[in-house]
Amino acid sequence: MFKAKVLIKRRMTILDPQGKAVEIGAKHLGLSNIKNTRIDKYIEFNVDTKSKKAAEDEVNDYCKKLLANPIMEDYEFTLEEVK
Amino acid sequence: MKSPKFGIVVFPGSNCDHDTYYVLRKIIDVDVVFLWHKQTSLEESDIVILPGGFSYGDYLRTGAIARFSPIMNEVIKFANKGGYVLGICNGFQILLEAGLLPGVMIRNELLNFVCKDIYLKVENKGTIFTKGVNGNSALKIPIAHGEGNYFADENTLKELENNNQIVFRYCGKDGSISTDANPNGSINNIAGIINKRGNVLGMMPHPERSSDPVLGKTDGSLIFKSLVNNIFN
Repeated sequence: MFKAKVLIKRRMTILDPQGKAVEIGAKHLGLSNIKNTRIDKYIEFNVDTKSKKAAEDEVNDYCKKLLANPIMEDYEFTLEEVK
Repeated sequence: MKSPKFGIVVFPGSNCDHDTYYVLRKIIDVDVVFLWHKQTSLEESDIVILPGGFSYGDYLRTGAIARFSPIMNEVIKFANKGGYVLGICNGFQILLEAGLLPGVMIRNELLNFVCKDIYLKVENKGTIFTKGVNGNSALKIPIAHGEGNYFADENTLKELENNNQIVFRYCGKDGSISTDANPNGSINNIAGIINKRGNVLGMMPHPERSSDPVLGKTDGSLIFKSLVNNIFN
């Protein structure tokens, strides 16, 4: 079994209204050096396969078809063996 | 004249399904059935409507999980065969996720949930959904969404423009397109688009909320009437 940690990032060319709004909060806090705040998604789950290759294939499938929207998002992930 | 049968898909979290049903049955006076998202039959519907709401709580991305409901395989097959599909608000978001329409929907530019009457310019009156819209005045139809900020890359936009696929744009009362009239930051004021074949339309405004005269506005009914009057022609 493997633990997958997936990071889904919106492409830089696509506006992130949430990140923009949160950055206004930073300005109000007096944190004037904060720039380009982006809010992305972090997702964790287990993949119950014996081989790492099989786990990779399934995570890729999950990311491409559901977790990320390939029109506006890119993803990356790590796999770590767990017992 | 034969009148068409409408099927309204009900996802967990749909909340405009009953309003749409009411309008079709009581105001437009046509046959209409609810289609539960787990069923795989469209029950011989001539037109399938994906209604507004918050399917699956809008988790992950709007429409992303509903797109994999069992009935969606049938809706996609139906659309690919030329069947008529109308996605309203969350229904539009589901059509985008399902790849039946191009582009994506992101959070409104100012992050607010916008719920108000807006004006729509009908840019393409040749579609089966808009043939019944006469005159040049803008349609007054309400919107109610937090993620209606339509986005598509430059090539997709060019294609949409060239093929006359942009059916509705947000406009002022006089029909003028401006940033001021844009309620959510949508690129080029886009409020509704159709596929190339002309049988799948997605729109953020809610025509079912402006169809009953008792509400003081009926422009939305023009879209349903247009479908009813033109589908078998």
